[in-house]
Amino acid sequence: MANPNGIGASVRRREDQRFLTGRGNYTDDFKRLNMTHAVHVRSPYAHARILGIDVADALAMPGVVAVLTGADMEADKVGSLPCGWQIHSKDGSPMKEPPHYPLARDRVRYVGDAVAVVIAETREQARDAAEMVVVDYEELPAVGSSTRAIAGGAPLVHDDAPDNVCYDWHLGDKAATDAAFANAAHVAKIDLVNQRLVPNAMEPRAAMGEYDQSNGEYTLTTTSQNPHVTRLLMGAFVLGIPEHKLRVVAPDVGGGFGSKIFHYGEEAVVTWAARKVGRPVKWTADRSESFLTDAHGRDHVSHAELAMDADGNFLALRVSTLANLGAYLSTFAPSIPTYLYATLLAGQYKTPAIYAEVKAVFTNTSPVDAYRGAGRPEACYLIERLVDVAAGVMGMDKTEIRRRNFVPKEAMPYQTPVALQYDTGDFAKNLDIALPLVDYPGFQQRRAESKARGKLRGIGFATYIEACGIAPSNVAGALGARAGLYECAEVRFHPTGSVTVFTGAHSHGQGHETTFAQIVAERFGIPIENVEIVHGDTNKIPFGMGTYGSRSLAVGGSALVKAMDKVERKAKKIAAHMLEAAETDIEVKEGRFTVAGTDKSLGIGDIALQAYVPHNFPLDELEPGLDEQAFYDPKNFTYPNGCHVCELEIDPDTGVTTIVSFAAVDDFGNVINPLIVEGQVHGGLVQGIGQALYENCVYDEESGQLVTGSYMDYCMPRADDVPSFTVRYHEDQPCTHNPLGVKGCGEAGTIGAAAAVMNAVVDALSDYGVTHMDMPATPEKVWRTIRDAAPAMAAE
Amino acid sequence: MSCTVSMTVNGKTVSREVEERTLLVAFLREHLGLTGTHVGCDTSQCGACVVHVDGRSVKSCTTLAVQANGADVTTIEGLAAADGTLHPMQAAFREHHGLQCGFCTPGMVMSAVDLVRENPSPTEAEIREGLEGNICRCTGYHNIVKAVKAGAEAMAGGQATPVAAE
Amino acid sequence: MYAFNYQRPTSLADAATAIQADEAKLLGGGQTLLPTLKQRLARPTDLIDLGAIPELKGIREADGGLEIGAFTRHAEVAHSDLVKRVIPALASLAEGIGDRQVRNMGTMGGSIANADPSADYPSAVVALKSVVTTDRRTISGDDFFTGMFETALEPGEILKSVRYSRPDKAAYAKFRNPASRYAIVGVFVAKFGAEVRVAVTGAAGSVFRAEAFETALAADFRPEALNGLSVEADGLNADIHASADYRAHLVTVMAKRAVEAAR
Repeated sequence: MANPNGIGASVRRREDQRFLTGRGNYTDDFKRLNMTHAVHVRSPYAHARILGIDVADALAMPGVVAVLTGADMEADKVGSLPCGWQIHSKDGSPMKEPPHYPLARDRVRYVGDAVAVVIAETREQARDAAEMVVVDYEELPAVGSSTRAIAGGAPLVHDDAPDNVCYDWHLGDKAATDAAFANAAHVAKIDLVNQRLVPNAMEPRAAMGEYDQSNGEYTLTTTSQNPHVTRLLMGAFVLGIPEHKLRVVAPDVGGGFGSKIFHYGEEAVVTWAARKVGRPVKWTADRSESFLTDAHGRDHVSHAELAMDADGNFLALRVSTLANLGAYLSTFAPSIPTYLYATLLAGQYKTPAIYAEVKAVFTNTSPVDAYRGAGRPEACYLIERLVDVAAGVMGMDKTEIRRRNFVPKEAMPYQTPVALQYDTGDFAKNLDIALPLVDYPGFQQRRAESKARGKLRGIGFATYIEACGIAPSNVAGALGARAGLYECAEVRFHPTGSVTVFTGAHSHGQGHETTFAQIVAERFGIPIENVEIVHGDTNKIPFGMGTYGSRSLAVGGSALVKAMDKVERKAKKIAAHMLEAAETDIEVKEGRFTVAGTDKSLGIGDIALQAYVPHNFPLDELEPGLDEQAFYDPKNFTYPNGCHVCELEIDPDTGVTTIVSFAAVDDFGNVINPLIVEGQVHGGLVQGIGQALYENCVYDEESGQLVTGSYMDYCMPRADDVPSFTVRYHEDQPCTHNPLGVKGCGEAGTIGAAAAVMNAVVDALSDYGVTHMDMPATPEKVWRTIRDAAPAMAAE
Repeated sequence: MSCTVSMTVNGKTVSREVEERTLLVAFLREHLGLTGTHVGCDTSQCGACVVHVDGRSVKSCTTLAVQANGADVTTIEGLAAADGTLHPMQAAFREHHGLQCGFCTPGMVMSAVDLVRENPSPTEAEIREGLEGNICRCTGYHNIVKAVKAGAEAMAGGQATPVAAE
Repeated sequence: MYAFNYQRPTSLADAATAIQADEAKLLGGGQTLLPTLKQRLARPTDLIDLGAIPELKGIREADGGLEIGAFTRHAEVAHSDLVKRVIPALASLAEGIGDRQVRNMGTMGGSIANADPSADYPSAVVALKSVVTTDRRTISGDDFFTGMFETALEPGEILKSVRYSRPDKAAYAKFRNPASRYAIVGVFVAKFGAEVRVAVTGAAGSVFRAEAFETALAADFRPEALNGLSVEADGLNADIHASADYRAHLVTVMAKRAVEAAR
């Protein structure tokens, strides 16, 4: 009988009990004896020279323990925050990689750049004193946007990055693409902006540093998606602490969405300061601070062209993108607009030639890095908007032009012209499932009904494919990655048959404590209650690369399977010995080891006990114990894909857009826990809808001041802004190269949703001659578009 | 500039000497060690800090501890029964997967309980509107809405509806 | 927050004495003041909490209208059967302020005395021909708001209650800021016999009456009566959420919706 809590069951989450009763342990919840509180002094200017810092008044404030600056860090030989990915420009030169110090030394380069830290007995005292630190700034002209950064004569963010360019990169076959355009019957063109977003995990970043003088060991407790990566980067590059003396703990983490992948300066500051002041030091960001200093997402300006033949078959795609990286290189920033973006520009289509150019620039704004989807939403948005424009050029139905150009299922595995090889996918099937869900044939009637009520109705489609679980490591390395991209797991059977799993993946909402346990329970036929999942502590987990890019299950889950394979192999040998049978005669099923053709069998629990009390054990052949570890390095990316359909209504009087229905059909390969997968999709959809309709990170172009620095101005989607969703998935196309057949589901919703919504907005406005609108489709923008078009309409 | 603040928190009388500028959320988290109440913003919008003061939901990040002097305060830690049995609303959030990272959850649950107290059988639209003071970045609200609906039914004495696979 | 002294007087007289202190500030529900203090944008020496003063509380029928104490929370107004019966538009306005938690703490008096240009209450004060009572005098609602965050209150003067006249018909329509949920434009329309008042909040530095709208509606109390009418965009607020001309447009749209709802 199948395990009721095994693979495919909507097991209720095991982590929920603590979260629902207020017993979660987030970084700011930790308290230590003698703990001090850190508050950073941050630059109010986007660009300024630091002429001097006077800390005397601050030091004299009540409760102040220390006031430390970049000069103190320099004296202690603290290094620059490292960048984990190196891109080379078209001409072969390496990207510009200016230093990024945890506390600025001579210049500040964005509003929020840290210049000093005040450490005091209480947080309020530290805040009081931080105001007394006197920084003498010489304000410099600033660059507040990417377009301004490349305008002639723009101020330089870094002196050694001419024209503010970090790299000028390309991918694809330019000659083949140009040739295809030369022979095209039709060309669709688009100019679009993929606006900057602030990730806004609900838990603000926090970090607590501790130093144990008795043994020289440091502990950093931090809001991280990948504590081992932080240990490696901070230990080796910034503070010079060897791994065995540095423990990094990522306890319960309140959402990440990419923004907690990166190693941030505050982590180094509290760890370093803990030794300096001889006491634990905790820093917790205010939301305002998070707005200024969490790495932001997106921020692309693109031009794209699609060449077609007379029948609307895609011949070639040409893309030119300007990417804003902000003031410094965040940990994985260079990879986002390159290998996580341009490689996805084929989308679901068999476009034979693609050429993409990406120029990445520095500006006096917060660093930009991976945010849910990370490059892939930008690619999807660009392709899917362009395909809608192409449908207009061809006068074709929007589903028909897509269907005509899909990579057919039979073509799998499919080599795209932009480096990736898709293993599986049945794109037509996704669309076939989606269309009845939204009653596509009935749309024109619904549109007419809306019109009768004075409303404008639109329907929008978006198909997407993403590449998850970046790998294999050697290929990623050849492309510039400075880290491996495998995952590690350890499966430890205890003598009485319960199991502890140590995984390098980190859960900050994804539910690993449940899904990973389901995999183990299923494999060994044991109750899920007997499985514990441990993550987030470098002192407990052998190693780990963490959670991002929808990789936990595809990579971390695969490592878990490999470790379970090893456990099973050893258990089989032990069983053979105990049952006095040949190993080849032992059959294994769900943790039951049976001598073939007999009723002689043992459960995994019996074997575990013998492994630790080895009285009837092949000691000459095997070591005691049942505890195995595995690393898994994927052979390829995984390719989740799907089709999203949005139907919405616009009130032309106010410009307000209301989503009427939203359907998402996804192929995530095999699904471990449907309830959790659907939850991931829902959340992703709202982040995509948020980008399409609400969210916009605005900097003043001239001054570099952040205009949307709080929830008063940065519009977060709330419960009454969004609808309920229709979510479907199919498991017909499991991943072919990992043992679970899984593809990943964490980012899918975000990747498809923004394009589907905007295609629907443009569709609703199509009577006004609108072919494109940049995100977010705010009420004023929609109203203005209608108003400006209306006289033209009337004149016709 | 300090004063004594006394109140009943989760049924227990507590009294602490605090600075007058101490917010209720800081009083709960730092002075009482009740860290289930969270701080997610500084402009009174995210709702991670919602607790009940004299039976009404308030944002404890926008309330001074002294303003709650003498009040009866319930936090997320005080919602479940003493033996750990979840409040019907907590149980509904678990059943319907109405939480992911868990950070907004305490405030969300406290708001939901207050919402249902006022409107025992809310519609989907009323639930969505009633939760406008709580921001969740993980769930897209879909399952929260389902959970609140089920929680309301359970609080009214019915059974929590089993989850549909959607 | 900077440190301050906290006082909680139990009578209006004691509060009036306390507020004389240097840089003292009155604390209503705190839903605007506390966030301001948290951002360290103000540095009062003393906070005078008005929450323990009986004279400032309560809702009662007066002169056919309603008298509402300054320290009456938005939720109390929103849920009051009396308000719902006498001036339902006022209950509905209160129900739309902020969110549930803000309404549970925030007070009418705090909102009015703060005179935030995007607050909802000022539109009701002006549209409902109200009379504001302080610890010193009465002020006509028409004269109360004098500018952005400015009122006719003198230093140390404490708002005690507001008496709202009962209209024949009234409604409030609000276009809210999608992020903060304050009013980008809020229009309160009230009809008293042949007289119509249209008070607009959110659009400008302070609440104002749209007189052309009033004239048109006095002649014909239907949304269509406002066709072709609009307020001047010049001088209206403009920010990243709404430009002045968009706000001007919304004033007409919201006014029509309020009239529709009031009919």
